[in-house]
Amino acid sequence: MPEIWEHLEKIDDYRWRLPKGAKPGMRVDGIIYADEKLLSDIRKDKALDQVANVAFLPGIVNASLAMPDIHWGFGFPIGGVAATDVENDGVISPGGVGYDINCGVRLVRTSLRYEEIKDKIEELAIKLFNFVPSGLGSKGEIRASEKEEKQIMLKGSGWAVSKGYGTAEDLEATEENGAIAGADPDAVSERAYERGKAQSGTLGSGNHFLEVQVIDQVYDADTADAFGLEEGQVTLMIHSGSRGFGYQICDDYVKSMLSCPGKYGISVPDRQLACAPVNSPEAKRYLGAMRSAANYAWNNRQCLMHLARQAFEKVFNMSWQKMGMDLIYDVAHNIAKLERHKVHGQEKLLCVHRKGATRAFPPGHPELPLKYQKTGQPVIIPGDMGRNSYLLVGTEKAAETFYSTCHGAGRVKSRTAAAKAFDANKIISELRAKGIYVMASSRGTIVEEAPLAYKDINEVVNVVQGAGISKKVCRMRPIGVVKG
Amino acid sequence: MSPYQIFDHTADIGVNIRADTAENIFVDAAGAMFDIITDTHRIKPYIQIEIKQEAQGYDELLVGWLGELLYQYSVSGIVFKEFSIQDLSPKAMRALCWGDKPADEIKTEIKAVTYHELEFRKTPEGYEAKVIFDV
Repeated sequence: MPEIWEHLEKIDDYRWRLPKGAKPGMRVDGIIYADEKLLSDIRKDKALDQVANVAFLPGIVNASLAMPDIHWGFGFPIGGVAATDVENDGVISPGGVGYDINCGVRLVRTSLRYEEIKDKIEELAIKLFNFVPSGLGSKGEIRASEKEEKQIMLKGSGWAVSKGYGTAEDLEATEENGAIAGADPDAVSERAYERGKAQSGTLGSGNHFLEVQVIDQVYDADTADAFGLEEGQVTLMIHSGSRGFGYQICDDYVKSMLSCPGKYGISVPDRQLACAPVNSPEAKRYLGAMRSAANYAWNNRQCLMHLARQAFEKVFNMSWQKMGMDLIYDVAHNIAKLERHKVHGQEKLLCVHRKGATRAFPPGHPELPLKYQKTGQPVIIPGDMGRNSYLLVGTEKAAETFYSTCHGAGRVKSRTAAAKAFDANKIISELRAKGIYVMASSRGTIVEEAPLAYKDINEVVNVVQGAGISKKVCRMRPIGVVKG
Repeated sequence: MSPYQIFDHTADIGVNIRADTAENIFVDAAGAMFDIITDTHRIKPYIQIEIKQEAQGYDELLVGWLGELLYQYSVSGIVFKEFSIQDLSPKAMRALCWGDKPADEIKTEIKAVTYHELEFRKTPEGYEAKVIFDV
């Protein structure tokens, strides 16, 4: 049996096909978005095998998709997209969402210019670090009672806004207005409540971060202008998720769905792909719990933004409104959603899993707020702490990916390999020489998150732009980084 | 020699464990997990808890056991260091665990214990298992 990558066929400079014959049991082809260079990274681990495994899912339509930042995950690869036909035995898999449910990212503009504030970056990084609880198992100042926890699950960011931690405009600039419908707090275990209750308004650890950036390149001046962005302007990016609350929900439902493949006659090659038909009682409960975690995460990022705005106010002695700190957008990159898409010319209700992939709706999509109808959905792609991040917009061409695109740089070196290869002091001083101030709760995080542990985000974004599934608006470079 | 070996997974951490008995696989896997979380050298066995798990086989029981310890740690902050397996069958287990809140830095947040590439098997020398953690 040849290695799975020997089956790969080149479609064009940015697309590769893994034919469904590559592994017996695949129901559809795999399509990998990558150029030759990124493909050589992808071959180093088992991600391609996982693209094939996802193609086993009942009801999967078109293809098992992989974005250019794909790497080895559990069950699904990170960077995987799969849509199943809800009316034709389509399944939902908690492993297709992942443990950090609604891990996502938000981008905040400011009217500050780098030249005006460059002497205050260090002070700002320290203040952000002090204002925003971060690190392992960190606990936050923003506390919710048990009754309020349920409100967070139902109202998402709306809870924070009702407490004065933001505005109605923030909600408009958040996917699903910060609260997806259909959350069911009764489907959430006591254990998830227990793990989640002290963690609202905390950043977490690992690759989660808060970053002050400056726009260093504009690719589409009209769209940038529509977002109120131009070169030299300072932005703020926040990357976090649903913390222990989401981990526990995923854990609970992977475990409870282990018996579903047997019960429903489903064959999957990895237990982590445990799944159930979307219309089954097991899936309905998971959807209710998963949406509760998604809303918890949106609320969390709203609280984090509130704390960050306060830190800016303290350093620059000005209100955040005066500094123009408006939310551009907040988007999830670990989620499953029921969406309508055209499949072979017919509109269908699909369960779209995006695990390490970002929704990217085109201009004119009915679910976008009025202000983004012309531009398309802002798509936020964080990179590593030493290079760049991007703001893109969705395109009509992305219909082929169920309007999905990449989510970040994607790891290329494991954490243990990074810990052996890099030195925290050296990384800090190298970043400092580039004008980047880094604050982290532990030195371990700095080496694990070393820039060279990641793919080059510029290469990843070039693929999604080249394939036409999203379009570059502008690029940012980090100047102040707070790592969990 | 360490009773377990850590192996690389691009974004996460896995462990291979070898032991003479099934019970020791459970003990060594738990030790490995807390070694990843923090330096356990100075942890004293001050606090005792009992853990019971049921599952469909040793492999799923191992994930359930580690998941339960991780849950107990994440809500109480207690790092467990000593483990005594009281009863073990392929379908159920009961164990006593001792630990304390650590003074040392927490190195790694483990989000979950996964079923991905999970293995638990009898070998001529004893038992072998493999578990991957989501970090």
